[in-house]
Amino acid sequence: MSVLSVRDLHVTYRTKGGDVPAVRDVTFDIDKGHVLGLAGESGCGKSTIAGAILRLHSARTRIEGEILLEGQDVLALRPGPLRAVRWTGASIIFQGALHALNPVRRVGDQIAEAITVHKLAGEREARVRTAELLEHVGLPARRIDDYPHELSGGQKQRVMIAMALACNPSLVIADEPTTALDVMVQAQVLQLLKSLQRELGLAMLFITHDLSVLAEVSDRIAIMYAGKIVEEGAADRVFHEPAHPYTTALAGAFPEIGDMRFRGKPSGLGGDPPDPQQIPSGCPFHPRCPVAVDACPTLDVDLWSAGEDRRAACIHVSGAPSLSEAST
Amino acid sequence: MSDTALERHEQTLGEPIIEVRGLEVSFAGRTSLLQGFRRDKVSVATAVDGVDLTLHEGEVLALAGESGCGKTTLARAIMGLIRPNAGQILFRGKPLGRKLHAYRREVQMVFQDPTASLNPRQTIYESVAEGLRIHGIHQGPNGETEEGLVARALSQAGLRPPERFYLLFPHELSGGQRQRVVIAGALVLDPKVIVADEPVSNLDASVRGEILQLLLKVRDELRLSILIVTHDLGLAWTVADRVAVMYLGRIVEVGPAEDVLLHPRHPYTKALLNVVPEAGGIDRPILLGEPPDPTRIPPGCRFNPRCPVVATGEAAKLGIEERCREEDLGLEELAPGHLAACYEAWIGRDSITSPLPAPSTREDPRTLGP
Repeated sequence: MSVLSVRDLHVTYRTKGGDVPAVRDVTFDIDKGHVLGLAGESGCGKSTIAGAILRLHSARTRIEGEILLEGQDVLALRPGPLRAVRWTGASIIFQGALHALNPVRRVGDQIAEAITVHKLAGEREARVRTAELLEHVGLPARRIDDYPHELSGGQKQRVMIAMALACNPSLVIADEPTTALDVMVQAQVLQLLKSLQRELGLAMLFITHDLSVLAEVSDRIAIMYAGKIVEEGAADRVFHEPAHPYTTALAGAFPEIGDMRFRGKPSGLGGDPPDPQQIPSGCPFHPRCPVAVDACPTLDVDLWSAGEDRRAACIHVSGAPSLSEAST
Repeated sequence: MSDTALERHEQTLGEPIIEVRGLEVSFAGRTSLLQGFRRDKVSVATAVDGVDLTLHEGEVLALAGESGCGKTTLARAIMGLIRPNAGQILFRGKPLGRKLHAYRREVQMVFQDPTASLNPRQTIYESVAEGLRIHGIHQGPNGETEEGLVARALSQAGLRPPERFYLLFPHELSGGQRQRVVIAGALVLDPKVIVADEPVSNLDASVRGEILQLLLKVRDELRLSILIVTHDLGLAWTVADRVAVMYLGRIVEVGPAEDVLLHPRHPYTKALLNVVPEAGGIDRPILLGEPPDPTRIPPGCRFNPRCPVVATGEAAKLGIEERCREEDLGLEELAPGHLAACYEAWIGRDSITSPLPAPSTREDPRTLGP
């Protein structure tokens, strides 16, 4: 059974200016011990999905579909059981560790709080467990009484990781966990996350706009555009042989050194991300697409098969209806 | 080294436009009132510690390194925003004096965050025209009006038709468009050099390439020189003609981009290249520890406490460990235009004839670009 199973998820923000459909019909599964990478540019809905899984959105936000966390429907939970699921069932590592910690509390207390709130241990036990967690994420246990300002950015992110693991969750959501970090520290944190994930057999949802990072840590990658998944498949194949033109553009933003195709030729994508309130008709990517054809603006796109074990929402993939069919 | 390789290298570079010589910049650490009264020694952070660097006409030079290595301080010193403690900056062979007004027109800066660079209450027209007004330019060299100059800068920056943007405010534009406005604000003064500090790190992945393409396009069309400060060596690979790698206030390796990125000689450059994410690379060795403290620069080669060559005992085997730990060192040329400050890299440098790739694969940097 999958640890996380998301079915036909729709998330709509309700604002004064009207409804904003941020996530539209998203379906995916994550198995135990697997990492799903979710990529896309700002505003594509990837962080909205993270918020929906733990039901962090305001009550006004409309969430439809099904989110099964270890078989339990998160969307149907009442407040009490929901609190129990948060952090013990699924935890989240937010982007910007610098702002996610309370600056006036010792980091050890902040980690222990998660344990005591869930009544998994008393205060003394929680402190012992916290010290273990810190060692586990590569920080000396004596750091337990430090305040956040005494730690560097990388160390703070390690504290966030320790906190996410405090209640032994089966799913960890990492939302841009390394974005604000320096290159060398980013690599250290990624290695730590990956080794913990392997060691503990965690299911992980890893969210970032950096496709090269995803190719490194994920088993599978899903690419999002305008609230929908537009491509999905095994990590290295999606990165190296993108089937969707949007994925090609994203992959080109993080080229491999030595690849002569990119030497002196930064690859870019024209235009701007679509306004979620005015999503283009047909394939939503068509106004920016370098390979769009006449049928695209009216095409009813779906995730079609794009070779073995992968799918993409583009008219050019093998499983798509032929152009003549699409235009009729 | 062969003469032909050297000639080829020199041919590809234009005249030096900015030369940095022995530049040093340090900042006094925080002092408490008590320490001030007692005249205690304050800790001094040496952010730039003796840097020599040349930017040539029409070239894109990438300055890379970790946070805190001094790359932004160096860029700001080049802009004249920070006064150096020692050393010189030459613009077209003449040292910068105290009068920086004219120089600042020639050398323009593009910062990381376009939202922070633009005044939210100013229209795009006002933002772009501001530079002209500060420099008292009321018409262009060929009698263009202010509006004509602004319109030209906006369209050079890819904002077309320019009139459509005049009365918009920054919040009405996307991140990529805002960075284009910042670039237009730099171009309107017809500069010779652009210093871009992490110009795309705050932008969305899909927009980055476009802004980099724009920088290369204006370089080609206006024959600008561009210094790009970045932590991203992948970015350096896509746009730079030459790459300089900085560590703890010093340049530790510099050379043509292909040489430095494909045949790195300094262990620190190798470590930086190792952390560029790539598929299946999660288990590769990476450098431990955080960037070192510029208030306490270690003796010897400043990289030695983190250097894998020293840590693995390789340096001891080569008989250079003592020098690594005790003797400070500067850059030495290992191949035409390719310099590194590393005792290990120097071993056998005389036997190296031409580590450059075959001539056919080397392109003139000026012919690169879209």
